[in-house]
Amino acid sequence: MSFFRRRIIFYLITAWAAVTINFLIPRLMPGDPVTALIARNQGRIDSDAEQSLRVLFGLDSNQSFLEQYIDYWGLLFRGDLGLSFTFFPTPVSDIVWQSLPWTVGLVGIATVIAFVLGTLVGTAIGWRRGTWADGLLPISTFFSAVPYFWLGLIAITVFAVQLGWFPSNGSYDRSLLPSFDLEFLGSVLYYGFLPALTVVLASIAGWILGMRNMMVTVSSEDYVTVAQAKGLPERKVMFGYAARNAILPQISSFALSLGFIVGGTLIMEMVFSYQGIGYVLYQAVNTHDYPLMQGVFLVITLSVLVANILADFVYAALDPRTRQEG
Amino acid sequence: MTADVTVLQDDPDDAPDESVDETAATKAGHRFLFLRNTKAMIGFGILVFFGILAVIGPFIAPYDPSAVSRDILQPPSAAHWLGTTHTGQDVLSQIIIGTRGVLVVGLIAGLGATVVGVLVGVTAGYLGGVGDEVLSGLSNIFLVIPQLPLIIIIAGQVPSAGGVTVALVIAATGWAWGARVLRAQTLSLRRRDFVEAARASGESTPRIIVAEILPNLTAIIAAGFVGTVIFAVLSQVTLAFIGVTPVSDWNWGTVLFWAQNQLALQRGAWWWFVPAGLCIALLGMGLTLINFGIDEFINPRLRSTGLHARSLRKRRIRPRIGFTPVVRTAETTPVHRPPAEEQPAEPRPAEQNAIEEIRR
Amino acid sequence: MSASTTSGTGRHADAAVREPVLEIKNLSVDYGFGQDPTHVLRQVSLTLNRGEVLGLAGESGCGKSTLAYAATRLLPPPGLITGGEVVLTDRSGERRDILTMSDAQLRASRWQDVAIVFQGAMNSLNPVFRIGRQIADAIAAHTPGIRKKQALDRAAELLDMVGISPDRLSAFPHQLSGGMRQRVMIAMALALEPQVLIMDEPTTALDVVMQRQIVEQIAELRERLGFSVVFITHDVSLLIEIADRIAIMYAGEIVEDAAAQDVYRRPRHPYSRGLLRSFPPLRGPRRELTGIAGSPPDLRLLPTGCTFTPRCGFSTPECSRIHPELGPTAFAGAEPDRRVACILHGDVGTLPPELAER
Ligand SMILES: Nc1ncnc2c1ncn2[C@@H]1O[C@H](COP(=O)(O)OP(=O)(O)OP(=O)(O)O)[C@@H](O)[C@H]1O
Ligand SMILES: [Mg+2]
Repeated sequence: MSFFRRRIIFYLITAWAAVTINFLIPRLMPGDPVTALIARNQGRIDSDAEQSLRVLFGLDSNQSFLEQYIDYWGLLFRGDLGLSFTFFPTPVSDIVWQSLPWTVGLVGIATVIAFVLGTLVGTAIGWRRGTWADGLLPISTFFSAVPYFWLGLIAITVFAVQLGWFPSNGSYDRSLLPSFDLEFLGSVLYYGFLPALTVVLASIAGWILGMRNMMVTVSSEDYVTVAQAKGLPERKVMFGYAARNAILPQISSFALSLGFIVGGTLIMEMVFSYQGIGYVLYQAVNTHDYPLMQGVFLVITLSVLVANILADFVYAALDPRTRQEG
Repeated sequence: MTADVTVLQDDPDDAPDESVDETAATKAGHRFLFLRNTKAMIGFGILVFFGILAVIGPFIAPYDPSAVSRDILQPPSAAHWLGTTHTGQDVLSQIIIGTRGVLVVGLIAGLGATVVGVLVGVTAGYLGGVGDEVLSGLSNIFLVIPQLPLIIIIAGQVPSAGGVTVALVIAATGWAWGARVLRAQTLSLRRRDFVEAARASGESTPRIIVAEILPNLTAIIAAGFVGTVIFAVLSQVTLAFIGVTPVSDWNWGTVLFWAQNQLALQRGAWWWFVPAGLCIALLGMGLTLINFGIDEFINPRLRSTGLHARSLRKRRIRPRIGFTPVVRTAETTPVHRPPAEEQPAEPRPAEQNAIEEIRR
Repeated sequence: MSASTTSGTGRHADAAVREPVLEIKNLSVDYGFGQDPTHVLRQVSLTLNRGEVLGLAGESGCGKSTLAYAATRLLPPPGLITGGEVVLTDRSGERRDILTMSDAQLRASRWQDVAIVFQGAMNSLNPVFRIGRQIADAIAAHTPGIRKKQALDRAAELLDMVGISPDRLSAFPHQLSGGMRQRVMIAMALALEPQVLIMDEPTTALDVVMQRQIVEQIAELRERLGFSVVFITHDVSLLIEIADRIAIMYAGEIVEDAAAQDVYRRPRHPYSRGLLRSFPPLRGPRRELTGIAGSPPDLRLLPTGCTFTPRCGFSTPECSRIHPELGPTAFAGAEPDRRVACILHGDVGTLPPELAER
């Protein structure tokens, strides 16, 4: 089986598993919070929406498990994730679609920046072992152990409250109308800077340490010594031979840690009240809005899956060995 | 979770062989040799400190952490070393009392996840075939699904999710990383001579696993355990911070929850949220350092000359690939001096290294 | 190509003026940067002449690779050169010590003057680059202003030279067999027509047929291009076929250094004799294979005196006291080019007849 076929099958199975977990969780939980919610909003929910909620949370006890499961998939294919109670009566899918771009913009860009920068710094530290650069290691270790959200709190205290350089919450100036003009985009950048900076600071250390270790491991491979023996310029040996190979495991661990990083960065949105999907999740949790929670989780999981697929493409592009059959 | 990245190879099938050599060669007495490593020692020290705090915390805490007082939002003082909250509660006491909750959840979750990880990973690696496909597929799925959101929605739907519940949820979702690494190691151990020999001599599978394979996985299991504890501590604190778990159970996350909700940031009450975060970071760092020690124990290439970096620099040795340092020691100075015209015009290499160092 | 033609390919070089290309003098190497390093090489001296094939033989772990890598300053950490000189005479006749060169000088000299084929060339190729690119980048690094196309054309020529079809230029290393990778490495080593080619066990990982092919190919290329070769191997009988001169190493020291035929017919050091007797003879009557009793010493705990004493059949009480220096044999007048490190060739004791064949 080719690399890609294997991966595609894997992702299909994972997507199926995520959906199934989402289906099972409310059914396995003790108690039935949603019936109460529906009852409270009696008369305000139209019958279609109520039926969706019943399917999503398994309230129709006269249906068999399998029937519920099939109906559930049916809803998903129609893009129906039920109604949100917090933002009553907005459909969950609408809320998710509005907040997802903000998250992709903030978390996505910041994560990629952290990965690229961290990998570069890790390359340099791993290559020059035994120099002052090793001094960066303890600092990185400390940062890799700091919880993301706490770093956010510190950043807000210092840069927003004390210095007043950046706003402490929100994602753009509320006095502006969202549009694609310069003023609005500038405001988005201004509001996004501090959260992005914290995401970068919080996650970069892991990349530095990982890449440093891979560089050290790869540097003792024969082909690196051969490259030196050939008298290639230092930069060519460092990037073309050592880093070029060290980055492969770094990318696979990027894919594997994505779930972890995304989890951490979503909390960052909560700290900054940034209107992304993490903040929506926060609101949903605090108001016990179960349909919204479920919908957000599903979308987060599927997004991470997509990011994983992208990482796989990059990996395959960088490693000729995966492109082969077998 | 970043500490164990290095154990992981891009392809689980070509597990790092030298690591197995190392572990296979390990004698029982040397198994915890990594504790001799300075990094591991420091990490262990930090862990022991918090461990003691968790045990004796209730006896040494100066105040009841929930008791309100008139000293509202006081900065650190002799009476309140770490200041007070908006209701006059003592922050130091909250942190001391909160230590136990953090450690207990971390350890339970770590243990639970490790047990599941060992079961799944070793079984998958040892069985091979369809069983392996299914089990490693399962752990890969759990790796891809973002754990924290999963934990949040599960914990958010369990009525009154206390410490143990949270620990179990973390364990149930966080075992996959360890399982993956263990599977890779088991796979390569299985092909080793001593395992083949045991199999040939008709030993039963469980016996081979317990007597031959598990002892050689000790270091990796330990690394996985420590990694999971780090993750569990962070997750639990995060859950408390966003208010998913009961806000009346004291742990460091709860302290931060109140600080955030009562606008400690806007009021400039840094003493309220800085110490709790530092404690988390310190504990996390201690655990990470232990993992570094284990990592270097597993993968000798990482064993940095860094420990002696300063002494090396003093001797002007710069370990580099492809440019072996030349340091002429007195005893090995060439007996036969080269003729005068062959004397190199450039400075001797030692000085030269020094010059290069300065240029940088 | 038969053994008789390959052997002695460089012998005519002997007749010409002996001009040294690479002189290793008193090279000392430690492993370990700490307080208690292992002294792996101790004051090793060895000269390679222009156009010569020098064989380096000795049991596993005696320091052959260490010598080769230290002389080129490619020894990885924790290797440390603690003394000596490695004087390289380049084409213009200028003599320079590799150990005192700056990084830039060393980089410029590498591969132009000395190229090296590593032990176990399996991992010598970067797995993510096409082999054409890997050969071409060596060329480009030393030929300023060369076009990529030209470098690749040259790479194709080189591949052709070692018997690999030029359309393999775009193959990745994992698509080649072990023997092909080995030959790619040889092609790469010859890319800049170096004066010295060091080959560390270039054939050990290969089957016998492939070994033969590669050895013959090297001999033929050497004939054509006229470089000098340092050929490292365990296989003394192979060396006797292809080398002009052989140096025998034991526990980090050279114990005998002489013309290949002399070593083969009239070994002067007990260790050389033992080593030769552990391989079947090339021609003539079969004799019993005896080998050498015991195993090489631990380099961290070397005995005083001669390191070979515990395993030596001819040892005298003095042997474990006096450390022998590499010097002339007992027949210095008759064989001026031979050197041996054994006190029996000096004033001490009597030379046993086995070491005195004429
Ligand atoms: N990193 C190291 N640290 C300490 N000792 C080392 C190290 N690398 C090699 N040695 C020791 O140096 C000695 C010489 O090794 P070297 O690789 O040069 O041997 P060799 O003659 O090339 O052997 P082989 O024929 O097996 O290739 C060996 O005894 C080995 O144990
Ligand atoms: Mg060798």
